[in-house]
Amino acid sequence: MSDAPLAYYAPASRIRRRPVWVPTRQQVPFLATAVVCAVLYALAGYFYPVFFSPRVVVNLLNDNAHLGIVAVGLTFVMLSGGIDLSVGSVVGCTGIALGVLITRHDVHPLLAIAIVLAGGVLLGTAMGSLIHFFDLPAFLVTLAGLFFCRGLALVISRESIQISHPFYDTLAGLTIPLTGRVVLPFPAIVFLLVLVVGIYVALFTRFGRNTYAIGGSESSALLMGLPVGRTKIGMYALSGFCAALGGAVFTIYKGSGNALDGTGMELDAIAAVVVGGTLLVGGIGQIAGTLLGVLIFAIIGLGIMFDGRLTTWWTRIALGLLLLAFILLQKLLQFGKGAED
Amino acid sequence: MLHLLRPRRGRPAAGVRGCAPDDRAMGLTAPARGAAAPPNGAAPPFLAATSGNAGGAVTPHVAPPRWRTRALPLCFRPRSGTLAAVATMTDPNDPTPPLLSARGITKAFPGVRALDGVDFDLRAGEIHALMGENGAGKSTLIKVLTGVYRRDAGQVTLDGSNINPRSPQHAQQLGISTVYQEVNLVPALSVAENIYLGRQPSLLGKIRWRKMYALAEAALARLDQYIDVTRPLDSYSIAIQQMVSIARALDVQARVLILDEPTSSLDAHEVQQLFAVIRRLAGTGLGIVFVTHFMDQVYELSHQITVLRNGKLVGSYPTQKLPRLELIARMMGRDLAQVEAMQHEHAAPPQRLESRPLLEASGVGKRGSVKPFDLSVRKGEVVGLAGLLGSGRTEMLRLLFGIDRRDSGTISIDGQPAPLRKPRQAIDRGLGFCPEDRKVAGIVPDLSIRENIILVMQAKRGWLRKIPRRKQEQLADQYIRALNIATPDAEKSIRLLSGGNQQKAILARWLAARPGLLILDEPTRGIDVGAKFEIARLMDSLCKEGMAILFVSSELEEVVRSCHRVAVLRDRQKVGELSGGEISEHRIMDVIAAAPEATGAADGAPAGAATGAPAGAGRGDGGASAGGAA
Amino acid sequence: MSTTTPASPTEAVVTDAGGRATQPRRARFRLSGWTRLLWPAVALALILLFNFIRTPNFFQLDVVNGQLRGYVITILDLGTPVMLLALGMTLVIATGGIDLSVGAVMAITGAVASVLIVRPPDSALSAVNLGGSMTAIFAFSLGIALLCGLWNGVLVALVGIQPIIATLILMVSGRGVAQLITAGQIVNPRDPSFAFLAGGTLFMLPFTITLVAAMALIALVLTRGTALGLFLESVGNNPRASRYSGVNARLVKLLAYVFSGFCAGLAGLIATADIMAADANNTGLYLELDAILAVSIGGTALTGGRFSLAGSLIGALVIQSLTTTLLAQDVQREVDLMIKAGVVIVVCLLQSETFRARLVRAVRRTPA
Repeated sequence: MSDAPLAYYAPASRIRRRPVWVPTRQQVPFLATAVVCAVLYALAGYFYPVFFSPRVVVNLLNDNAHLGIVAVGLTFVMLSGGIDLSVGSVVGCTGIALGVLITRHDVHPLLAIAIVLAGGVLLGTAMGSLIHFFDLPAFLVTLAGLFFCRGLALVISRESIQISHPFYDTLAGLTIPLTGRVVLPFPAIVFLLVLVVGIYVALFTRFGRNTYAIGGSESSALLMGLPVGRTKIGMYALSGFCAALGGAVFTIYKGSGNALDGTGMELDAIAAVVVGGTLLVGGIGQIAGTLLGVLIFAIIGLGIMFDGRLTTWWTRIALGLLLLAFILLQKLLQFGKGAED
Repeated sequence: MLHLLRPRRGRPAAGVRGCAPDDRAMGLTAPARGAAAPPNGAAPPFLAATSGNAGGAVTPHVAPPRWRTRALPLCFRPRSGTLAAVATMTDPNDPTPPLLSARGITKAFPGVRALDGVDFDLRAGEIHALMGENGAGKSTLIKVLTGVYRRDAGQVTLDGSNINPRSPQHAQQLGISTVYQEVNLVPALSVAENIYLGRQPSLLGKIRWRKMYALAEAALARLDQYIDVTRPLDSYSIAIQQMVSIARALDVQARVLILDEPTSSLDAHEVQQLFAVIRRLAGTGLGIVFVTHFMDQVYELSHQITVLRNGKLVGSYPTQKLPRLELIARMMGRDLAQVEAMQHEHAAPPQRLESRPLLEASGVGKRGSVKPFDLSVRKGEVVGLAGLLGSGRTEMLRLLFGIDRRDSGTISIDGQPAPLRKPRQAIDRGLGFCPEDRKVAGIVPDLSIRENIILVMQAKRGWLRKIPRRKQEQLADQYIRALNIATPDAEKSIRLLSGGNQQKAILARWLAARPGLLILDEPTRGIDVGAKFEIARLMDSLCKEGMAILFVSSELEEVVRSCHRVAVLRDRQKVGELSGGEISEHRIMDVIAAAPEATGAADGAPAGAATGAPAGAGRGDGGASAGGAA
Repeated sequence: MSTTTPASPTEAVVTDAGGRATQPRRARFRLSGWTRLLWPAVALALILLFNFIRTPNFFQLDVVNGQLRGYVITILDLGTPVMLLALGMTLVIATGGIDLSVGAVMAITGAVASVLIVRPPDSALSAVNLGGSMTAIFAFSLGIALLCGLWNGVLVALVGIQPIIATLILMVSGRGVAQLITAGQIVNPRDPSFAFLAGGTLFMLPFTITLVAAMALIALVLTRGTALGLFLESVGNNPRASRYSGVNARLVKLLAYVFSGFCAGLAGLIATADIMAADANNTGLYLELDAILAVSIGGTALTGGRFSLAGSLIGALVIQSLTTTLLAQDVQREVDLMIKAGVVIVVCLLQSETFRARLVRAVRRTPA
């Protein structure tokens, strides 16, 4: 045993872990989002003190619950480096399907919701399979999904359908009291629930970590022996599920279903995810960031609405500019993959 | 022997400082080994192998395990004259059964027989270098062993039982782990995750991060790395990332560890660290396959060398019985005696050689790519770059042509300083570059032959001044005829041509632009003999017309035949220059083989070489052979 | 002159090769270029044939008020916005990129032109006074479209952002910009020369068709009359080889996006003139997807490289005639969307190497 002793018993003191509060480079976009969100909220509150009331905070969550639910599912897809353009029309399609099922065919809402959720998962699985097994561009396959669902929704019914069912009203009335006068309405509850589950899945399950790995480097993930195909298909299924859930929640929020609901929502959702600090090429991002992204979207929208002089289209412009800023930030942090050869 | 090994195995099992569970994960402990043993309950074979070895320690062809508990002999002074005797497979009298054994491995791809009946044996505790030029079949062999490819024929046994790895994961489960040249991890995730992705410690499906961090720290500590495992992988150097790769590979019950060019982006100190780890791992009974292009490292580290060439086995030799020169000759498919006896056909001296260089580079280099070098090329001169693959030839050319940005040195063309920061500028200054990888960087596959030929000329003219169609056709036809490109029609897609004809079309592309200096990186690789000959003739006549040519080829014969001057490279630096009558295959090999001291470039060489090679070993060997040649 | 043959190597090689060197034969008729048009053309022909069977007077043309009328003309007329978009999109896709913003650019251009004509009080452009000159108004709005294209081009070619992301920014905010310009109103520009853009007649054909023909010609001259086409294809097909050959990829990409912006601008003007309303929310909605689909059907691979302008035009016609046919067969308009989805998948599958490989394997296995 003349060679150097094996270092089986390294003194633990030699290793100094990064303190939790020191961010890694990967966390910078997320922190930037948090700062932007806080600043926006403070500004909005400065001009319109009503922003600081709990009721408005709850409304910010509640009014955008459907968008948030959709965005959480989309975050998984985008973390893996994919994209899902179909989410908006899935929202419309599930809304109208629920309306028809419940109002015209007297299906119990619980069963109806189960049906549309299964439909969303089925669609996501189908799209994911096409993308994975035939190497098709995700962009185009989910585009086909967009067309398909919108068409299907319009075929089901062109008119808006009121949904009135005692159970639905019960659902809509389910709230959690926060303070004496403020309650957390059902859509917001579902949103927060989805968010928590999303964070758990992303952080504490192999499925979630595999998603990050695939987005970080799909070839590495393959060589590491991770179940790439299963995870990818699962991700699209998850996104389909979330989109359908978002659609269902939207009907509860509105009390009706419309085939044109969710038109253009895929863009809002993508923007919220990116502004939330998820890298468009995948691999880096947080589900919690998506909450911030949705909140930024909501604050801008509500602030502009309060203002009155500015009009709603400023929301889109501001969102576009934020999007640009975050993409440039990502570029600056050199997350771009593969330098030009 | 055995008792020397036992304590080491025993130590982790004894649970010193409570590390035992982690060691099981390392695959080093007795329980782990028992689990991998054949089901009949027989003693794990390579424990037997080790004791067998101890008995065989008196025989001359001792298998490596003998060394592993002693101070490692770092380099083996080569003895010439014993080559014929050792150019056989592993000694048949050696009683030690190999840990991993491949027999008659054959793998064909459309049009190529990448492996043709290759045999390969790896013993427990052995560090086995797999050598060969590009296309020799090294990576195919590794991919067959690790289940990336399915073999067409042959047999692989691990510990005496047949295995048939279906995928990298499957190979890993069987005990064969690989660390690839490019770090195949996920840069954005934490070090710990990179080690445990896919097998994170979890409880009821919930990943236990704390435990994972602790395990990762322990796993890395075993490799002498004490780093913060919670940080993302890309906040560490490539060397550490490499270590993380190894930690991941070892974390399953690895019996065989394959390292595919692990040192290509490490500096000398990092290489030494890595080697220390590799030696220690071999000491624990792991079989290690080591692929590298660095000669010095092979001699410093390995016990056994297997040489492949063109998909066939050249031979497997104990390292100390294979002098460097002989190794180089075998890799290049040459017989040393034949080389010594060869009458060299030399390039005729340049006719109108000007004294002023057309291109002069001084101190040009780039960190992590090539060490600073000087090079000049005169009009009408063919200058060759000779060196093994990975010696920095291509990197040098890339710096000269502005594909990579140099971070030191100056380049002047015709006496005028030239910035050459992108290929465009190099082209404007009259340079041309036929890249090594024809398919990836040369042809534009979907375009026609005509369009491929006129591309550079058109790029020089800009997009507004289109070369008239008739002129294009004329040019294309001219060059198709002049270079004898076999095609019925200039409008055919270039990807439909054979390799040789594609190469000629790319040459035509540059000739049409009339460069003053043409850089040819392996223009003859993968093309048939006729086309090779035509390209040689073409080079000859081009330089007679006054063109300067910078020529890279792995075929030394071609370099010797065509070049007026040859710059020799080893390990990412220029180590010598030969000119005129000095140029011979033997001399080039001598310069490549010489240990760094012999060429007086010790300062820049990997530190390993300095400690590894007893001073004068390379010199003595090289000198003796050179004397024989003269 | 730089184009002369190297004299001596020629001799050397030719003598050396002896009789082997043969005079290359030139095929005057370029088969490869036409075969790529075959499938989209067949698809179009099938749809037209179906129409002909169902509607015998499908190909009938009448002259009404000095203008040709008929189903075919209608399809051409209705297909013009997508055809225009497809022209620009073809060049962008040839470089290996994509332009998602064309729909938004259409909305912006339409809004600009309408606002300049109507001059509503609270528009963002109320400061711009072009004195009611229609030429100036067209020039100004198309200039804005060019700027939009330039913006995309700069982000992609100079800043180096992936095309799908770079153009997403304008896609998201472009409609906001359009609404900013119209101040959220639906502006109805009533101007005869503006109306002519969509409803006018020239050479007995709807003016739109003439316009598309003119733009197609311009695109053709721009790409094939100069070396731009060659550079587009080489950059898209093998960026590395192009860089080594000194092709200026940045310029080429920039030009492609600018051209795409311009085409989108024209399409936006037509679409706005067609309904005589600048609707920032709906003008050109989802048309970027139609354009991408048209290019894809036309045989230009989405990965870049060889492109075919004629193919993209045929692709656009395939989409339009499909829609028109379904409408004529009393199929619900909505089913059209679902069929389009099917077309996207089929086209994708046909272009997928993996799918073709699997198909070939499956076919081989069946007889054995």
